[in-house]
Amino acid sequence: MTTLGKDLIGLEALAPEQIRLILDTAEPFKEVSERPIKKVPALRGKTIVNLFFEASTRTRISFEFAEKRLSADTVNVAATGSSVSKGETLVDTAKNLEAMRIDMVVIRHGASGAAQFLAQRIVSNVINAGDGKHEHPTQALLDLLTIRDKLGRIEGAKVCLVGDILHSRVARSNLWGLTKLGAKVAVCGPRTLLPRGIEELGVTVFRRIEEAIAWADVLNILRLQLERMEAGFIPSLREYYRVFGVTAERLERAPRELLIMHPGPMNRGVEIDSRVADGPHSVILDQVTNGVAVRMAVLYLLAGGKPELADAAKGGGGSPD
Amino acid sequence: MRPLLLRGGRVIDPGRGTDQVADVLIQDGKIAAVGTALGTPDGAEVREVRGRVVAPGLVDVHVHLREPGNEDEETVATGARAAAAGGFTTVCAMPNTDPVTDNQAAVGFIVRQSVRAGFARVYPIGAVSVGQRGEQLAEMGEMVGAGAVAVSDDGRPVASAHLMRTALEYARTFDIPVADHCEEPTLAAGGAMHEGLVATRLGLKGIPAAAEEIMVARDILLAELTGGHVHLCHLSTRGAVELVRRAKERQLRVTAEVTPHHLALTDHACEGYDTHAKMNPPLREAADVAALRAALQDGTIDCIASDHAPHAYDEKEAAFDDAPFGIVGLETAFGVVHTELVKGGVLSLPELLRRMSTEPARVFGLPGGTLAAETPGDVCVLDVDGAWTVDPARFHSKSRNTPFAGRSVTGRAVLTVVAGKIVHEAEPG
Repeated sequence: MTTLGKDLIGLEALAPEQIRLILDTAEPFKEVSERPIKKVPALRGKTIVNLFFEASTRTRISFEFAEKRLSADTVNVAATGSSVSKGETLVDTAKNLEAMRIDMVVIRHGASGAAQFLAQRIVSNVINAGDGKHEHPTQALLDLLTIRDKLGRIEGAKVCLVGDILHSRVARSNLWGLTKLGAKVAVCGPRTLLPRGIEELGVTVFRRIEEAIAWADVLNILRLQLERMEAGFIPSLREYYRVFGVTAERLERAPRELLIMHPGPMNRGVEIDSRVADGPHSVILDQVTNGVAVRMAVLYLLAGGKPELADAAKGGGGSPD
Repeated sequence: MRPLLLRGGRVIDPGRGTDQVADVLIQDGKIAAVGTALGTPDGAEVREVRGRVVAPGLVDVHVHLREPGNEDEETVATGARAAAAGGFTTVCAMPNTDPVTDNQAAVGFIVRQSVRAGFARVYPIGAVSVGQRGEQLAEMGEMVGAGAVAVSDDGRPVASAHLMRTALEYARTFDIPVADHCEEPTLAAGGAMHEGLVATRLGLKGIPAAAEEIMVARDILLAELTGGHVHLCHLSTRGAVELVRRAKERQLRVTAEVTPHHLALTDHACEGYDTHAKMNPPLREAADVAALRAALQDGTIDCIASDHAPHAYDEKEAAFDDAPFGIVGLETAFGVVHTELVKGGVLSLPELLRRMSTEPARVFGLPGGTLAAETPGDVCVLDVDGAWTVDPARFHSKSRNTPFAGRSVTGRAVLTVVAGKIVHEAEPG
């Protein structure tokens, strides 16, 4: 029987059937969020710590809703601005959490490998909510679920990740998830923002956004951070929009209808035109909705929930206390 | 001191090309004789070393001993003890201490500490610039007077081409090498490992090979300009090897070293965010390892040096980006390279010993590296047949940060002799 193991650190280490298991388990959980009383008892009595060393609104809230809708007890720790070096904080944090006998930790950290570091040191389940430039698995899972919802399949879909691939954990997780499920993956962005060796991972590289649009079924447009201009990776945000921006004019010339995705938060007028973000092909808010369901599925599975009982689990609790 | 007779070993003296079963007699701190059936002087201590290899003590021109400033990680005494355990009779200590070893008093302190410890000989390397700040030349003449054998800003590499030029020119007066850690700072900034596919997968910022090669090329050009002797520390890329090969063809005063870990490991060792595989220069690709091995074969690279870099255990117990660079190497160097290069068919044992004793001594102008009569009585006796497993808990070094823990290797020092005195003897088994 397929299981996830103790932790969810990244999609690189997962087998295709494990990824499908999460997506399939997310399906019945979607409905919970549509109810008047959005709560099921699946994780009642479980203690979950949301440990965020980096600022996050969307991901943290999404996890918190997922946890609360499964009836877990949650604590949020925002550990930003600590004067202690990150490494020391992490070791000490791990030991302290362990001492408090918690069940699960959702961690976001600025250093690549931080989630794995924690997972190797505590017996609790660890879920990676983004570690440095490494992986952000639940974001990629909700992207996969959204593509599957909209296109009816992932295998064979042509997905292009657009923008700052070099610094993006979302891009890496998407790349693993998509290729494992049989999608065709491309990237498009300025060469300064593409990592070395990306072609060796079976990825097509498009120099121009027009070529990417002509090829793709799905564009997943990544956020371009202002710091990248300051660090000299691109001349200006203005020029970036001119050369790589996904605009309504460029999409009009597409040979087929494209699905427009964005992990958020968006920089309107930088990587994406508002008319595209708000347009008929945008599934950006569907991604957000799916995020809660996917995270419920991950929490449920890591807690030892049986996938075949997910339906029953959600149905069981009519009277949340 | 009693004379010491090492009887019946396989005596290899790479400098003189000898490899024979013989006795070695050390008297009054010096090599007295090498020959068959030497008589036993009155009161001599006799060691039967049949089946063992007797060679000039190993020489390591690149170690960090952390004293003064970080005595919790290593001291001159513990570092020199670890050296002896590794078969090294001479090591050169880099100046990135706290305070920096950039004046004659600081150099003298290290010499005194090493004499007091009485294990391997420790020769200080002085800083190129005051405080290793890369601005003003340190007082090289006075440091040489106090015992420094080279200068280097290793740890904070010389960014300014002008400073490197003046250092190479000024060092000619004292005929010492300027040892450079080749790293172009703007390309390497923020990097944690080799820039390549593994770094891409791990989401870590890479240090491109070009960061090293640019500075290797610069230093070669400056050696040509000045006539000074530049020693290139821990080469790690195939491009750097090619630059040095061409410089040597043109008879420039360029020498180079390579570490055991760059000869044995690739960037794949960083997978799983193993901070014990984090060092600078970083572990590179298989093609680089092959080029470094070929460069040792053809003499493009002169010697092997450990870049022994102790760190406290909790410093490495961190996220990869936050952990410091560097690993300890004195106690694993011979075992690792003997296994990889000799057992691996890259070098003969005499060739390996040349690259670990004769050549480093020649490059830095140090006594030792030979078994010629009247030279220092610095000898190591090696077991080159027995396999052993690297167990950091048994290190004499204060630090344990090694990527080789648990690795089975063949070859170790069983007896180390400095100036006729036994400074290390391996426990049986």
